[in-house]
Parts: sequence; structure tokens; C-alpha cells
Amino acid sequence: MIDIPDLITAMFVSATVLVYAAAGEVVTERAGVLNLGIEGTMYSGAFVGFTVADHTGSPWVGLVAAIGAGVVAALLMGLLTVTLGVNQHVSGIGTTLLLIALCDFSNRLLYSGASVYIKPFPQLFQHTPIASQYLLTYIGFFVVVPFLAWLLTRTGFGLRIRAVGENPEAADVAGISVARTRYAALLIGGVLMAVGGAFLTLAMVGTFTLNITNGRGWVAIALVIFGRWRIWGAVVGALLFAGIDALQLQLAITDTFAHVPREIMIAAPYVVVIAALAASGRNVAYPGAYLKPYRRL
Amino acid sequence: MIRLVLRSREPRWLAPLLICCAIAITYLLTAGPIRWAGANPMAAYRRYVIWPLTSGDSLGEVLLTSTPLLFTGLAVAIAFRAGFYNIGAEGQFLAGAIAATWAGTTFDGLPAPVAIPFALAAGAVAGALWILVPALLRVGFRIDEVVTTLLLNPVALLCVQGLLNGPWRNPVNQFPESAYIGSGYNFPKIIPGTRVHLGFAVALGLAALAWLVLARTATGLRLRAVGLTSAGARFNGVSVERTMLSSALVSGAIAGMGGVSQVCGLQGQLTGEISAGFGYTGIVVATLAALTPIGVVLVALLLGDIVVGADSASLVLQLPPQMGQVVTATLLLVTVGILVLRRYRPVLSRRRKAAATMARVASREEVLR
Repeated sequence: MIDIPDLITAMFVSATVLVYAAAGEVVTERAGVLNLGIEGTMYSGAFVGFTVADHTGSPWVGLVAAIGAGVVAALLMGLLTVTLGVNQHVSGIGTTLLLIALCDFSNRLLYSGASVYIKPFPQLFQHTPIASQYLLTYIGFFVVVPFLAWLLTRTGFGLRIRAVGENPEAADVAGISVARTRYAALLIGGVLMAVGGAFLTLAMVGTFTLNITNGRGWVAIALVIFGRWRIWGAVVGALLFAGIDALQLQLAITDTFAHVPREIMIAAPYVVVIAALAASGRNVAYPGAYLKPYRRL
Repeated sequence: MIRLVLRSREPRWLAPLLICCAIAITYLLTAGPIRWAGANPMAAYRRYVIWPLTSGDSLGEVLLTSTPLLFTGLAVAIAFRAGFYNIGAEGQFLAGAIAATWAGTTFDGLPAPVAIPFALAAGAVAGALWILVPALLRVGFRIDEVVTTLLLNPVALLCVQGLLNGPWRNPVNQFPESAYIGSGYNFPKIIPGTRVHLGFAVALGLAALAWLVLARTATGLRLRAVGLTSAGARFNGVSVERTMLSSALVSGAIAGMGGVSQVCGLQGQLTGEISAGFGYTGIVVATLAALTPIGVVLVALLLGDIVVGADSASLVLQLPPQMGQVVTATLLLVTVGILVLRRYRPVLSRRRKAAATMARVASREEVLR
């Protein structure tokens, strides 16, 4: 039988990673930067967070270090896409490749393949169904997400972010610094992506393994489109995906669904997003300056 | 503040100078991690770039390692040239590998002269089918292809894993690996004493063909025109949609053939690790090659060289082999970053200068008064 409270608990745990990452990607994409460095940023958050937590013995210090890694990744993306105006897809893929290679290189030097476990974050309200979650999950759903939604839609700063993402020329004429705003959006996004990655090692798993993010960054990219570039939309998408994932893990032990390949379920979000894009046809509301570098002539 | 200003024209010496700068900067940036690993950067680079070229064995390995990168680099270059940003070569490569395995295990009795063209055709079709939906969405609805091609990569990987965990699981040892393909499908070795196989020759042939088409035919001109300025191309009567669609399909087909080459030339079966990120590295290859077929050949060989050297460096210098990927990715980012200077020249911001002038004038007026 399906254990509903268990299912919901698992759903929120695995949705947390996606919520942080997708929320970060929404912010950068609303500013007109498709950050394909997301997978590498999450990976470096996971690795740096784990390594520092292992050396200091505190997951909190690890989390702070992961945030630092997110800042570095965001500055790299900013240098390439904002200051230099390089193609966003090439810089993003390059950043992801570089960060993953650097983390794997450092992992090999520091741990030479040994699996080390750290003392992860504790769960709050243990033994209470559903409420038994990590603090980062609570912060993510009840602080970060509402705050970002408010920031993007209700504040001048959010308006500036959306302005440079929709029409950077007009924003520039109106006296908004396109470069500074895009850097700010990239920094917010990078920090959130890195925290999402760090949640994997510092809370969910307790260790770092190669390929730990396992394409979750690409899932987050899909969720941003699914949520039509809105924070809450991306959160709903993350919960749906995590819910389906948790459900199929439970269904896999039942007799009726044992033969349904797990891979079909995992592939669902990508296929659904592409189908949704196809269904909405020309009406997809991309940010106006999506993928476009901005430079005064 | 330094600002970038559009150049009126690019000096001839600039591009070679910038490339030398990019190599020097890459060296300086990567020297730190190499030293941290306890190796000498000069020795490491000698191992990466020069050592693999010094013996016949390792030279063969360089050609073998560069083979998948030739396919994916060429695929990406052709699509990018037409302004279709295909980030999905990884997925198309895997689709081709699946098709080759399907052909090689289903019709396993075919003799080589039939089997090899059949496998290549099946892979090309599979790769083209894998890019078809993003390509149609792009030309039909103007839906951005970067994200759609990218998102189909994990789907292709999941297809591989689903097949290997399910219907294609090895019947003998129950490992998640397919059965071996029929013997007729195995690509012949083209250089005796090495593992270099037919796939390398096919890739070189495709690169030559791509060069010929791009540089010497009307089709190539149309393709380049669409990529450079689609509005201008349309104004001159080029069907932008058809050109973009067909170059996307060709791109997918070439990446798919890369998957075939890896299955039939090297592994003989499908495994979950059939692609070591070759599709993503293809973007690196194509970009560093400035999207030219000849450049793709040179860069793919260079990256193959670095991979072989990095494997050797991990044995000889105890330098983790991932350093090869660090070098490659750093070279990419530094190069694309610095090549911006080909079109823009850095100048000291006028605002600061103007402010300084104003201040000087003001102070002089102060003195006069």
C-alpha cells in the first residue's frame, strides 16, 4: 500500500533541491540570462559544501562555503555573458564543464575515491509525519520562495530585473544599469543554485559522490519554463516532479507497477515541458531579451 | 573603468595574437591546480600536448579518442553555422548509439558490406529524428532551440538506461549492458597495430564534405547567410525555414553517426557510459574551431591529444585525469572571452576622463578667480 504521509515527506525533501535551483534560474532568466552554468553551480555547491563541512565538522560552515562557490560561479557567468557579451549557451555549457571538472579533480586529490560521510543537518520535528523536514526545506518554502516572489513582482529592484530582461535598451535609457542589475540577478541565482546543490550533500545524502546532481540542473531549467518564468509556478512544478518521483519509488515495490521502467517517470518532466512548449505554440512568454547580450553601441 | 567599443576594422595580426594570449592565460590559470596536485605545470603540459604524439601507440589512441569529438564537433558546427544552436548533440549521439545497437543485435547475421552502411544509416536517421521536434518547434513556432535540444539530452540518456535495465539487459551476466552486436557490424581497423577504426575515416570524410558544401556550393552559401543574417537571407529569397531545418537535421544525423561509430568501432555493445559527454565537448570543439570543418578536425585532434595525455599524466605524474577536462574547459572560456576583442576594442571610459577634465577646468577657474 502507498504510505501517503511518507510520500509527502519524501516529496518535500527531494523538491527542496529543485526549488532552490529553479527559483535561482527564474531570477537569472527574468534578467535575460539563461544560466546553463546551473548544473555546474549546483555541483560545486554540493562539493564545496561537503568538503568544508567535512574539514570543519559543521554543515553550517559548509553551507556558507557553498554560498561562496555559488558567488564565484555567478561572477564567472557574469564576466562572460554580461561584461564580455559571449554567447550565453556556450558560456553556460563551458562553465558547467569547468566547474564539474574542477570539483572532480579536487575530489580526487582530497579524497582519492574514498567515500567519507559527514554529520548532516538534523531533521526538525523528528517522528512527526510530513513536518519532519530539514530547516533548509522550511527556509526554502516559507522564506526564500515567498521573498523572491515578492522581490520580483512587488519591488523596484524586481521591476529593474524584469526590465533588463524584457527590454534592456529601454531600461538603459531609463537610467537602470543593465550590467549591474544582471550581475545582481546572477549572484542571487548562483547562491540559490549552490544552496540547492549543497542540500544534496549536507542534508539528503551526507556524502559526495561523482555525478551527484545527476542532471537536476536541467530539470530546474525545464521547471522554469513549466512555471512560465514565475517563482510559484516553478515551485508547483518542482513539487509535481518530486511527488511523481517519490510515488514511483513506492509504486516500484508494488506488484502492479514493478514492470513500469523507472526511467519513463524520470523522463516525464522533460517531455511534458517540450510538449507544453509545442502546445502553446507562438504564445510562449519568453523574457524579451532571453539569450541576448546587451551592449551600448 | 574599461569599456568595450565596436572596432571599425580588425587588424590582421589581432586574431593570432589573441589566440596566443588565450593559450598563455589558460596555462597560467591551470598552473595553480597542477601545482596543488604536486606536479610541475611545464611537465604536465608536455605530457598533455607533446607526449601523445611521440609514439605510434599513443598517436593511435589520440586518433581513436578524437573520433567521437570529430562527429559531435562537426554536428554542432554545422547547426551553429546556420544559426541553430543545437546543444543536444549528446542526445542525438545517444540516439544513434541506440539505433546502432538495435540494428546490430536484431539483424546480427548481416555481412559487413551491408551491415556497416545499414548501422550508419540507422544512426543518422535516429539522430535526425532526435533533433526533429526542436527543429520543427524552432522553424514553425520560433520556440527557442537551446532549451529544447538541451532537455532532450537527459531523455536520451534515460532511454539508454531504461533499455539497459529492461529489455536489453545482458542475458548472460545480467549486467546493464546490451548483448554484443553482430560481427558484421564491427568497424574494421584502418591502421594496423592500433585501435583506430573506420569511424575516424568516416568522420574525416564528413568533415571534408562539410567543408566542400559550406565553402564551395550555393547550399553552403545559403546556410551561412541564414546564420549570419536571417532577415538578409530572407530578403534575398533564401527559404530560412527550410535551410535551418535541413541543417539541423544534418547536424543531428552526424551526431547520431558518432554514436554508431562509438558502438560499432570501439565498444561492440551499448553501455550506460557510451558517451563521456561527447555531445557537450562537441560544443567546445565547434566553438574553438570557429565553426569551420577544418578547425573541427584540428581542435578534435588537440582535445583527443589532451585526453590521452591526461590519462598518461595520471599514471606518471599522479595528476588526476580530470585535469584534462579542466584545461579544455578553461581554454574554451578564455578563448571565447578574449576573442570578443576581435570585434570590440577596450578603451578607458570617457566618463571618468570627462569627470577628470571637468575637475581640472573647475580647479583652474578657481585659481583664476
